[in-house]
Parts: sequence; C-alpha cells; structure tokens
Amino acid sequence: MRVLLLTLASQFLLLAGCGEVWNDPYPAAERGGNILYSVFGERPKHLDPAQSYASDEAVFTRQVYEPPLQYHYLKRPYELIPLTAAEIPQPRLVEKGGATYSVYDIRIRPGIRFQPHPGFVAGNLRLDPQKIKALKSPYDLAQGTRELVADDYIYQIKRLAHPRLHSPIFGLMAEYIVGLKEYGERLKAADKPDQWLDLRAHDLEGVTRVDAYTYRVTLKGRYPQFVYWLAMPFFAPMPWEADSFFSQPGMAEKNFSLDWWPVGTGPFMLSENNPNARMVLARNPNFRGEPYPSEGAPGDAERGLLADAGKAMPFVDKAVYTREKEAIPLWNKFLQGYYDLSGIGSDTFDQAVRISLEGEAGLSPEMEARGIRLDTTIAPTVFYLGVNWLDPVVGGNSERARKLRHALAIAVDWEEYLSIFANGRGVPSHSPLAPGIFGYREGKESVNPVTHEWKDGKAQRRPIEAAKKLLAEAGYPDGRDAKTGQPLVLYLDSTSRGPGDKAVMDWWRKQFAKIAVQFEPRQTDWNRFQEKLRKGSTQLFMVGWSADYPDPENFMFLLHGAQSRVKTQGENAANYVNPEFDALFERMRNMPNGPERQHIIDRMNEIFRRDAPWIGGFHPKNFALFHSWLGNAKVNEISDNKLKYLKVDAAGREALRRQWNRPKVWPLLVLFLAIVVSIVPAITTYRRRERMAARPVS
Amino acid sequence: MLNYIIRRLLYAIPILIGVNLLTFLLFFVVNTPDDMARMQLGARRVTPEAVEKWKAERGYDLPLVWNSREESLFGKAGRTIFTQKSAKLFVFDFGYSEDKRDIASEIRERMWPSLALAVPVFLVGLAVCITFALLMAFFRATYLDLWGVVLCVAMMSVSTLFYIIGGQYIASKTWHLVPISGYAGGLDAARFLVLPVVIGVISGIGSSSRWYRTLFLEEMGRDYVRTARAKGLAETVVLFRHVLKNAMIPILTGAVVVIPLLFLGSLLSESFFGIPGLGSYTIDAIQSQDYAVVRAMVFLGSVFYIVGLIFTDISYTLVDPRIRLE
Repeated sequence: MRVLLLTLASQFLLLAGCGEVWNDPYPAAERGGNILYSVFGERPKHLDPAQSYASDEAVFTRQVYEPPLQYHYLKRPYELIPLTAAEIPQPRLVEKGGATYSVYDIRIRPGIRFQPHPGFVAGNLRLDPQKIKALKSPYDLAQGTRELVADDYIYQIKRLAHPRLHSPIFGLMAEYIVGLKEYGERLKAADKPDQWLDLRAHDLEGVTRVDAYTYRVTLKGRYPQFVYWLAMPFFAPMPWEADSFFSQPGMAEKNFSLDWWPVGTGPFMLSENNPNARMVLARNPNFRGEPYPSEGAPGDAERGLLADAGKAMPFVDKAVYTREKEAIPLWNKFLQGYYDLSGIGSDTFDQAVRISLEGEAGLSPEMEARGIRLDTTIAPTVFYLGVNWLDPVVGGNSERARKLRHALAIAVDWEEYLSIFANGRGVPSHSPLAPGIFGYREGKESVNPVTHEWKDGKAQRRPIEAAKKLLAEAGYPDGRDAKTGQPLVLYLDSTSRGPGDKAVMDWWRKQFAKIAVQFEPRQTDWNRFQEKLRKGSTQLFMVGWSADYPDPENFMFLLHGAQSRVKTQGENAANYVNPEFDALFERMRNMPNGPERQHIIDRMNEIFRRDAPWIGGFHPKNFALFHSWLGNAKVNEISDNKLKYLKVDAAGREALRRQWNRPKVWPLLVLFLAIVVSIVPAITTYRRRERMAARPVS
Repeated sequence: MLNYIIRRLLYAIPILIGVNLLTFLLFFVVNTPDDMARMQLGARRVTPEAVEKWKAERGYDLPLVWNSREESLFGKAGRTIFTQKSAKLFVFDFGYSEDKRDIASEIRERMWPSLALAVPVFLVGLAVCITFALLMAFFRATYLDLWGVVLCVAMMSVSTLFYIIGGQYIASKTWHLVPISGYAGGLDAARFLVLPVVIGVISGIGSSSRWYRTLFLEEMGRDYVRTARAKGLAETVVLFRHVLKNAMIPILTGAVVVIPLLFLGSLLSESFFGIPGLGSYTIDAIQSQDYAVVRAMVFLGSVFYIVGLIFTDISYTLVDPRIRLE
C-alpha cells in the first residue's frame, strides 16, 4: 500500500513538474501549430450563401465565399474595395421604354481558383448511392478545382430565386434585378421533385455574361446601395458542379449539402463540420494570396496594424471554432489562453474592465498583467424605444401626442440605462444613424434639441421640469388627463428574458414616474411579441436593428412609410408615416454621399426629432479582448472576413499557456489523504466490533 | 413471460399516441407554424410569401388536428399536421429537422457522447451510493451515520448547477487538472469526461445514498439478519451476501428503469461541458422551435421509458424467484 501511494505521489509530482498542461482542450498534435482558436455559440443554420444571413453563420461563410467586393479592414469610416473584382463597378444609367435602368458591369480578376472539391471531378457527379452511403465526408472523394469565371457569379444570382431555397433577399432583389421575380416563377414551373434543377438552362434577363470574366447586372431604376450587396456572400460565386454534386440522391440523407459544405475561392475552406462541437477552417491550398493592407485609419500604424503591409495573406494555417453555449466556460478558457479572442459579457465586465474617472474604459490590472489588449467600437446598430404610430394615445401626428412623446423622450434617461444595465457600453442615440455612418453629425450638431442641450462642450439631458411642462401642454398635467381626470397609463411591450427583467422594468417604472405617468409592462415571448408588432397591437416597444451595410439608407428605411410593419410586414416597426420624410427618403436613398445628401439627412433628422416616433435609444459599444499573441486584430463591425488578416505567435502562446495552466496536484494528494484518514476510524471500529465477545443482554 | 412482454408492448401504442398528442398540443399552444417559419427564416427581411412557402414545403400549411376541407373521415383526420408528422414516428422514421438535417443520423451520431457521459455516471454513481449507504447502515446510530445523513441532506439541497460551476472553478480554473469543457472522440474523450462524471456522481450521492440507507436499515432489522448474525457470520458477509441481495429489488426498480434513458443524455451537464450529446440536441431544438426534433426526442424518450419499465419487470424475476410474469 505504501509503495503504491509513493508511486502515485511521485507520478503526480513528475507530471506537475515537467511543464505539461492537463487542462488543454485541444489535441496534443496541435500544440505549437499556427492555429487560431475561437468560439461559436449557436449552431449555424445555413452555410449556403443564398440563404445564410445570420452573423454567427458569417463567421464561416465570409472566410470561404468571395463576393466581388469587400470592406477595407482598417479604414474608418468603412470603405468598399475590390475583392475578386478588378474594380468597384460603376453603374451606367440607361433609358429604355421610358424607364431608367442601372447597368453594372462587374469584371473579375482572372486566375482565381476554387478550393479543392469533389464536385470538380467529373466522375463524382454520377456517384453510386451505395458509395455515397459509405462516405463519412464529401472530402473522402477525389477532389479537383477550376478557375473562377463570370458564370459562377451568374449561377449564384440565379440561385436567389431557386424554388427550393429560401433566400431572405429574394424579395428585395426581385424589386431591382430585371426579370428576377418572373425567373422565380419560371423555375418553380420547371422544378421537378428529386431532380437537380440546372439553372444554366434557364436564362435570367437582368444578369448576363459579357465575357469569361465579366458579367452584367441590370437593375430597375437607381439603387446605389447595390454595391454594398456585392460585398455579401449572397453575391459570391457558386460553381454549378458543386450544386450538381450535392443534388445526387443519397446526399441529403448523409447531411451533405451546400448548406453544410460551402464551396468557395476564399482563403479558407471548411475542413471539419461538426456544428454540435467544433468547426474547422483550413487554409485553401488554391488561394491566390491577397496582400495585407498598407493603409489604415489614424493610429493604426502606431498600434502595429500596418507592420505586415503587403505580405501575402492568410497568416494562419487553420482556425478551430469550438462551440461554447455557456458564458462561464468560455470566459475561463479565454483566461487560460485557450481562446485567442473574446467579447465581454455583463458578468465578466467588472473583472475585465476598469472605467476611469473621465469615463474612459481600460483594462483591469489582471487583464493587463496577462498582456491582453482591449479594442472598443460603436456598433452600426440602434436599439430604440419605438412608439406605435397607430396607437390613439401616443401615436399619430396630433400636437397632443407629439408633446406627450417629447415629454417621455426627456424623461427616459438613456445615459442612466446604459450605466446601470450595460456597464456604460453604448452611447445614447440622437438620430436613427449610428456613429460612423455617412450623415451622422458629431458634436453640437449631433444633439437632439428636444431632449438635450449643449452645455460645457457636451450634451446634457434637459431637466425633468421641461418634460412635465410638455406633458401639461399635451393635456396631462401631473400625469392625469385634464378632461377625464383619469391617470395616464402607458404600456411597454417587450420579450421576457428572465429574472433580470424585474430590475429593468422597475427602472422603466421609475422613468415614467418622474412625470407621474403610470407604467405597465406587458412581457411576452418572442413569438407573441413579433405577432403584436405585425398586428400593431403594441403601444411602446423596444427593438433593435443592425445595419446590413454602412449607408444611411439602411437606417432611415426603418422609418419609411412604405416599410410599415402592419401594412407591408416591413422593417418600420413603429408604422411611422410622414409624407415629407418619405419623400426625402426616396430622394436620399439613391444619391451618392455628398453635401446634398447630408443636407437631406439633416432635414430628415429634424423631422424625426420633431415627430419622435422613437423615444430615444442607444448605439451599443462593443468591447473585444485580444491576447498578446494575436496580431493584426481590429474590431470590424460590418465585415466578417477578418480571419485572413489575423496572425498568431504560436510559440509565445504555448509558453504562456504553460505558465498559466500548471496543474496543482497537492489538493488531490490532500484529498486522497483525507479519505484515507477518514476511513481509518471506520476500519478500526469494524475490527473492534468483529473481535468483540458476545455480551449479555442488559 | 413472452405473452406479458407482448401485452406490455401493445399497451405502449396508445401511450405513445397520447404522448405524441400531448407534445403536439403543448408545442402548438406556444408556437404556431408561422412562428416556426419565422424562427427558421430569421428575423430580417422575412416576407409573408417566404413564410407561406416554408410552411407549404414542410407540410405546416395543413390544419393542426382536423381538416374540415377534406370530404372523407380519413382525409379529415389524416390530412393534418398531427397525423402527417406523427404517423412515421411509429416506424422510427424521424424525418428531417426544420433546417433539413436527417434526424436519425444526428441521433446516431450524438448518442455516443451522451452514453460516454451517462453510463459512467450511472455505474460509478450506483457503486458509490450503495457503498456509502452500506457504510452508514453498518455504522448506524454512530457519529459516522449521523454525519453521513447530514452530509446527504446537505448534498441533496444543492443545485446541480452549483456542482457544475463549482467543479469547473475548482478542478479546472484553480487547479488546472482537466479541461473546463469540450469533447473529443475516442480515448481522448476520457480527459473531458472525468470532471462531468465526478460531478454527476457527487451530485447524485445525497438523495440516492439516503434512500439506499433506509432500504438497508429496513432489511437489517429483519429476522433472517439476526439469524445470520446468531450463526456467527461476519458482518461483511451479512451485509453483502444477505442484506444487499434482499435490498436489491427496490434499488433495481429505480436503476433499471433509467438505463434506456441514458441514451438521451443530460440536458444541463452537456450544455455546460460542451458535450455534443442528445441532451444538448433537445435543448437546441426547443430553443430554435424545431418541432421535428422535439417530437422525435420526446417519442424516443417515451419508448425508452416504456422499455425501461419492461426491463424492470423482467429484472424482478431475476432477483426474486417468487415473482413470475404472467
């Protein structure tokens, strides 16, 4: 026994002393590899570029698919640059039959090749079902490649209308791309169950091939935002061979589909697809090698973000994404060095961040000691307290309702909300536009004069007396209807998120109570909440919007009358209608950025502030943490194709992981000894009992 | 016995129909087919046409339980979401999830990680609890018994979540002994399973040990135990050869019935430890309103439970010769 104990103890001590880590969640073979480690929370639903729209899917799709354009990684405000295109396409306006058309000729660079894929081997397009059944991965088959051509882009645009796919932008694009709507109908008629629908056999009027490397897209009217869509995977190339390959009988039963096995020309290819546990992107051996940017935003050079200028990307060989559904393990593994980057949740904010007296966010001493870097940015997102324009009390154009909304807009203290519930991670919104978007004004001009005044060089919320005065003018002195004497009760619809909601609802009650207005929360689940919005049966509600692209049109359309949620199921959840605003929006949406567009946006902001269809809101500020070994990391909220820019100092990471994760064996030994010690009295008692002589019954 | 098993299997059919109907009603009271479509299609730029198309493709454009547009009774009851979606389950054809993944292959794939966690927890837990309970029974009415019971009550009162978070904090974050979460195939799975298994066993000790202790004490008060002791048998022999054997019937009742359910995994542990088993599959399906998966998992759970009960009955005959299944 003693020998066994000593052997065990010496083994433990040996292992602890040799520098080996025990809690490394990755295979030993990966140690020291040029690999980036990150996480994903939700299992991606779609990896097919015609269907994928969610940000958690973009983490994968944007590294694999290459649309013609992309955003500059470093420059701010965000700037479109070519990716596979030779240049940014400029529209030609054509008049035909009394109508105006925008014609985009998109020229792609020759010599770009697809990742290795079995679809490019002719023999794999007619596989025996038994062979498919035996496959573990489509990559078990022989693989080939070929050059990217214009037809691949055309094929993908046609797929937006595929009757078996659900492209979220089909409805929008059918309004613009000539013939796309009718094309969808034609495909529906031509589609036969269990057969591959070869889109090459069906021409689309508005999308044509000019030459092997150029394709033409014809749009109805003007739509300058179209170039932003050309930076999204919806417009990435799709080789017909891949579509045909995955359409073979037996593929669906094996979960082999374009929705799960993307095929692209990008720097990475999906080499392991286990959405339940781990997704792996491996370097695409056929990638052409794109140079790292040589220009950036002010301060980027000082931060070392231009040190790799001109070097061929990507820098890492592989990226391993592990599924983490819970925040605590994710955060702890980041601190142990097993994830290279992380966001900050509310639970971990205090551990990671210190706010200075000046309100500046900085890292806590613990994070600084680990060499972790912090990057913050205001997201192109807006969360707002919307007013249902159809509601008879708070909605509509009447002076009474407008003054009531203004009173509420002053009373609801968004600065306090951000401080209490978001650790100060956000800025109150004064217009629908987020900072960094064209049309957003800085300084005094950015301030909503209804709710704030400019004092001592900063925006300050107007005193609550101003709100009370407006409320009285609206016919609700001291929160009671002057005519009926009844107290004013307002209802806030929201989705229930758990026990933490009570504090939020108490805060809302406090805001309304400042002007003696009674507040009634109506919490429900997400489905019912959305249904209420669709039916217009809300009064006040809280929703948010993240921009698809950095253009004012993508924010202002949230207030466009034609987008009314009740009337058209559009994105205008407030159902706000103002003919002047709508007319200005129609003009602004098709204009290039410039003084005239700025002037129109300023006027739209004036109308927005006067009408107050939103009672304020905020733009969230995102915090990202990067370990010291992760290079070229910069937060980019619009584009997700960041992986190719990132580099890893694998040796440095390995050394720090060892330092941070030395196993502590002594608690195990103590535990073992404690168990032994606790067993001894039991054994002694047992032996004593067994040896005890029989006793007379007393 | 064969007749008994066949009869029990036949009883299972109406039970499974009832479970299916209940699942269906509960699911569709909370979610409409429109809600499901919107959840799957995403929150942005979803047109009413896209919602209708999604429903039509998956058969959710039919009435829920009664199709008054059909003429025949067969059509009225058959051309409904309930019948169309439920009938195939009885031949174990689970179909596809709402995101078009084959459910059967998902279950086959995810069953192994669930078993890798659940089987050791079950076996080690059973052994530890029985041992602990026997110890308390052996040292009954001593300070060891008293503090053992106190410990059991304390352990019963703590939430499983606390064990998980505490275990991760101590064993992985502070002592760096095992990975906090994750999973790997093959033998490499062992280092990911150590902590969840230990936590699974510890979190179950309180309630099980206390119950087993009661069973053992009840048996130890019986005449045959006194007779065995009077014969001069060692206490260990009395405990292991006589008491344990006779206390096995109620233990088996609780243990055998859960064996088939081990396939379904643990909802909480799998989520926190990142184990890609069937427990987390079910949770994901509920969160994403994937009725196809929820329906399949509830059906499978019901089948396993019924099978577990039949196994329990059979096991009675094995441990108690007086019992015959007629």
